Amino acid sequence: MASFKPTRIQTYPKLGEKVTEDTLYWKNYKPALQIKEFGAVTKIEFSPVPPHNYAVTASTRIHIYGPHSQEPTRSFTRFRDTAYGGSFRGDGKLLVAGSEDGIIRLFDIKSLGALRQFTGHSKAVHATTFLSDGFRVVSGSDDLSCRVWDVASSVELSSFTEHTDYIRAAAPSKLNPDLFVTGSYDHTVKVFDVRTGSSVMTMQHGHPVECVLLYPSDALLVSTGGRYVKIWDLLKGGQQLVSLKNHHKTVTCACLSSTGNKLLTGSLDRHVKVYNSSYKVVHNFDCAASILSLAVAPDDNTVAVGMTNGVLSVRHRKHKEEKETLTDRRRRGPVYRVNVKGKNFGPKQNDFLVNKATKQHLQKHDKQLKNFEVSKALDSALQAWKRSSKPEVAVVVMMELNRRGTLKNALAGRDEASLARILDFLLKYITDPRFSRPLLTVGDIVLDLYQQVIPQSPVVERLLQRLLELLGREAELQQEFLQVLGILDTLFASLNLRKDVATLADPPVAQGSQLQAA
Amino acid sequence: MFREAKNMVERSDIRVVRCGGSKINFRPPIISNDSRFVLCVSGDSVKVYSTRTEEWLHSLQGHTNQVTGIAFNPANHLQVYSCSADGTVKLWDFIDGILIKTFIIGSPLFALYVSKEHEGVIFLHLSTGTYNKNECFQLVSTQLPKSADQEVEAKELSAVSSHISPNPSCTAFGRGGEYIAFARNLQLDVYFFRKQKTYSFYLKATDKKGAKNAFTCIACNPTDDCIATGHEDGKIRLWRNFNHKKEYTYSTLHWHHNAVNTLCFTPEGTNLLSGGIESVLVKWQCGGGSKKDVLPRLGGSILHVSGSPDGQLFCVSHSDNKITVIEGNFKVSGLIQGLVTGDTVLTDLMIDPRSKALVLNGKPGHLQFYSLLRDKHLYNLDIVQQEYIYEAGLDQFEVVKAVFDVKGSWLATVEERGHESSDLEFFLKLWAFDETTQSFVLNTSISAAHTDRIISMCFSSSEETTMLVTTAEDSQFKAWCQDADADTQQDQNFWSCDFVGSYHNLKPTNCTFSADSSLLAVSFQEVVTIWSPDTWELLTTLCQPPGQIRDLCFGRLSCSKYLLGTTTKNLLCCWNLLTCALEWSTSLEVSKLQPDPLSENVAAFSYQSKHTDLFVFKPSEPLPLFTHEKVCSEKVHHAIFVPREEPLNGCDESCQWLNGSQLYFLTQNMDLLTLSMATEEDRMLSSSKRLVIDDSVAVTPFYLLLGKHRQQQKLNTPSHPAADKPQQKQGSVSIKELLHTPAHVLPAASVLCSMFVNSLLISNTGVREEMESSEQEMDCEKEEEDSEGEMETRDSQQELRAQGSVDEVTPKLSKAQERELKRVRKTDFSWMTGLIVSKP
Repeated sequence: MASFKPTRIQTYPKLGEKVTEDTLYWKNYKPALQIKEFGAVTKIEFSPVPPHNYAVTASTRIHIYGPHSQEPTRSFTRFRDTAYGGSFRGDGKLLVAGSEDGIIRLFDIKSLGALRQFTGHSKAVHATTFLSDGFRVVSGSDDLSCRVWDVASSVELSSFTEHTDYIRAAAPSKLNPDLFVTGSYDHTVKVFDVRTGSSVMTMQHGHPVECVLLYPSDALLVSTGGRYVKIWDLLKGGQQLVSLKNHHKTVTCACLSSTGNKLLTGSLDRHVKVYNSSYKVVHNFDCAASILSLAVAPDDNTVAVGMTNGVLSVRHRKHKEEKETLTDRRRRGPVYRVNVKGKNFGPKQNDFLVNKATKQHLQKHDKQLKNFEVSKALDSALQAWKRSSKPEVAVVVMMELNRRGTLKNALAGRDEASLARILDFLLKYITDPRFSRPLLTVGDIVLDLYQQVIPQSPVVERLLQRLLELLGREAELQQEFLQVLGILDTLFASLNLRKDVATLADPPVAQGSQLQAA
Repeated sequence: MFREAKNMVERSDIRVVRCGGSKINFRPPIISNDSRFVLCVSGDSVKVYSTRTEEWLHSLQGHTNQVTGIAFNPANHLQVYSCSADGTVKLWDFIDGILIKTFIIGSPLFALYVSKEHEGVIFLHLSTGTYNKNECFQLVSTQLPKSADQEVEAKELSAVSSHISPNPSCTAFGRGGEYIAFARNLQLDVYFFRKQKTYSFYLKATDKKGAKNAFTCIACNPTDDCIATGHEDGKIRLWRNFNHKKEYTYSTLHWHHNAVNTLCFTPEGTNLLSGGIESVLVKWQCGGGSKKDVLPRLGGSILHVSGSPDGQLFCVSHSDNKITVIEGNFKVSGLIQGLVTGDTVLTDLMIDPRSKALVLNGKPGHLQFYSLLRDKHLYNLDIVQQEYIYEAGLDQFEVVKAVFDVKGSWLATVEERGHESSDLEFFLKLWAFDETTQSFVLNTSISAAHTDRIISMCFSSSEETTMLVTTAEDSQFKAWCQDADADTQQDQNFWSCDFVGSYHNLKPTNCTFSADSSLLAVSFQEVVTIWSPDTWELLTTLCQPPGQIRDLCFGRLSCSKYLLGTTTKNLLCCWNLLTCALEWSTSLEVSKLQPDPLSENVAAFSYQSKHTDLFVFKPSEPLPLFTHEKVCSEKVHHAIFVPREEPLNGCDESCQWLNGSQLYFLTQNMDLLTLSMATEEDRMLSSSKRLVIDDSVAVTPFYLLLGKHRQQQKLNTPSHPAADKPQQKQGSVSIKELLHTPAHVLPAASVLCSMFVNSLLISNTGVREEMESSEQEMDCEKEEEDSEGEMETRDSQQELRAQGSVDEVTPKLSKAQERELKRVRKTDFSWMTGLIVSKP
């Protein structure tokens, strides 16, 4: 006696997205933690030394957060106006920040008060950073100048005024303490050498530069501005390597992950994109508001994103141990609390094992199909759709009922509420190319069955009206598609002049959509 | 050209043989008295199966036409009657498979009934010719003449009823053979033998609720005066009091939703079994109202149910050529599966390259793997993977196409539903062979591969890449490849569409790859297009109007430059692909063109003037190598070359084409036929004999466990003639033991030597031992006084032994065995005398 064969739920392939190691890596973050700041978060930077605290610059404050704290462990509030660009020194002990009033302040992480104040800029300072020797600070200001300051004496060492618009980005070279890069709204990225006192390299970005970033090897430079992210090869004299256009609004920030040097960019279009080494987008984080700042902890354990609405969203990496303990607990099965006998008893080598007949577990709708309860099976399949948003189950049950010739019975004799549920389902999925065929049959039968009684229920009537509109729109869309297909066919035909005997066409994309993985 | 050449090629000793796969569900199977054997009719023979191991033991062959009924001889439960459409009734000893007697009736017989109370009389269904355009049947009884001859004519027929239903399950004997009941359409007749009177009861065709009341089957309670009848609407009526014309009563049981196909009472009459198209066996308790047990999903609608005389086993035969053995506690204990041939074979015949099994669609939604060598069903592969609903008139998924790749690692199938209705549903599925489970696992399922029905498909035959090409009625052909995507980290690679091609919007019909997969030929109605699968370039077109291309195949090996095609306008064409021109063509109505995968030969079946001829030829020569006229009288649409396990060598020139592989073909009547040579037949005959001897003992797991032990026990009973065989074995074992024991633990060489020399002196020791034993026997007799009876038994035993030793070499007995023998002789055999006395 064969056992009952449950209905097979077909799995459909996800189009476009393929599961790669990168996606798995970047998916392995816990849900984002939201921390409300006082204003737009303009800069986030992680301390280079463990435990990798991070400084968040928002409004007139700079908050330092511990790796797992939701409350700031320390906050610097000595700004009279909006603070910008809080960044750590290489040893994580000092923090420098510019502000709207043009004063650059230097803080000791341990104490609250400012250690030094560098005054000299006449307008807001948006970019501040330490040079890699740690004794000098570079600042870029809206007064079109960028200056180098000595930490010890708080004296201005040199000033560069080659930019012709606001300087909004600066990055020091990690290998050479005398080199740094600035990006400006005059569409240029310049590399300055403190020793020569002037720029040594200039690159045309083509859009106002929002952020510059140097790779650890100093060979590659990333500049973002407008919708573009451009990668420059400094060793080839500033030749453009790639220009990426994956965002549809201004790209405001970029950072590098420590493992594999993945590039991450954040944009006003509310997306954070992760690129692999060949600069293809491998993952995408969605955020609630436009992104202004972005940082990844040196061990990739935390991704912090700052947004225009003042929300700092922090994602922590899922730890392997936690996952394992979870599965372990599940696997352990029943606890031998009562009967300890035979707990450690296992089969010996020569024992003949007689397995207990495993009971076939059936889904609710399968159980009902087995008992030929067709209406109930349809109801429970629709419930499953409501519960887990899996339309496949409901469609498969409908197909199965149609195959059994009992779809009409299952759809007949329903009250307003359950009929409305079916119509809701149809409205949502009837245009889905995967499901449209069986659902059109369902729609036909529903119309046949309830033709007489439709005017009695305004709810059903409204739903049917919507269904009519939806199908009308879909028909128009299909017609347009066919027209486009015709145009393409003529184009292809004109391309293949020699093979005029046969109409050759690329494998249509539609085929792919209907292909289902087993 | 071919027809003229017919006379040139002489017919050799090749003939057409039916090779297994015949129906076993034609008539109800019967179970032997000891529940060890199941007998069922199968074509023109009766097959004997073991109930425990489900093995086919042997078949009773002798009839020359379809066997139509079998029944045990009520006087001797080891004999069986069989009747056939050739007009004879034969009596067999079914255990040894010996034909005992043949009774010649004359006219074709359609069923056979026997009853315990009517000894020497059998009841037969005969046709009485057509009356009002439908055939009439009558039930006759005949006294079987008692004569010693092998063939006896039984001409004395006396009619019992002259107008009965053609369905043999509509006739049944009542309690103790007192009456016989038959149903026909809406009429139930009960004929009482003693009164020689018939009572008839009528039902209305339909009642108020629109029930269909026609009778479909009938069964009589063996212990009670009760007749159960099955009806077309699924009702079962239990009739009582039917020996009164007016005061009869009936009660109704209703569970089946379609016609009841069969009814069967248990031997005690306590339960009633019924079955129908639902494939659910229902057990009703008699007198328990409508209390019932059900056994669902037996597979295939139930055609017949029969029980063993002791009520321990039931046999259910199904429409998918299967017999299910069910124990008395309502559990399935065994399955006997024959080759499933429905009304049509939708998939072509195929050979699984791994198991060399014949593959075709079997039970609904499955592909069956059938071993041709052993005539045994191997397994079913579930293609549709859906619960099969047994309901009349339901449009079900059917496997319509299937194809294997060269190595047998991929299988492509197409299942289809909606032949009648307008909305066609079909799936293209690709299955990968899994080494660990040794079966096919679903890899990819494509729901709408084409917009219309798939007509044909083929795998490319190259070793490196596998590619599938499908042609469909939407005037496109598509090439499918396995995705080799580096980015996806999964082990499995799914199939996707690689290329879509069409030609002037014509409907493609056939597609085939050349032997090295460098060319793909797709026929579009009258035109054959040749494509290069590497670049998807249209290389050339070949055309031979009028007539659409029906079959297409490439030549192989030395003839690989030829492409063969047959058209609907009775033309067999051969194109040379190097010159792109027609090499030769001949006018021949070819229904099937089948190339041999191992040689250049191509077989063509041609249907003309109501019979099919076979031509075997090489594409390079327009003259056939071999012709065989009238292989069968129907059209042949399916044929396959099956590679032999070991190639035959030598023989005639005309049979050389059969050396490497064997040709099987399926006629429209679903008979699987093959061509075989005389030499081969001899070999097969000897092998089949061997099979009979081997399998006559049902091998159960317990036998395997205990058999050894029992064989050793047999040693102790010297009267057993077969005892010498294991004894020798034991001797060899002891010798081996002796040779393998280290020398230092062996007894002294002097001891061994004398023993060894003694063992060589066979005759001497035997005589001496016997002398000794006789002496001892004398002693025994002196010691204890034996009864007369005991003496007798002993004498008989000795006689038996003497008989046994006549044919065989006198068994050598060791001293210990001799002693054991004496012990056995001394044991009390008085119980045996009791038996001997009681028997006569």
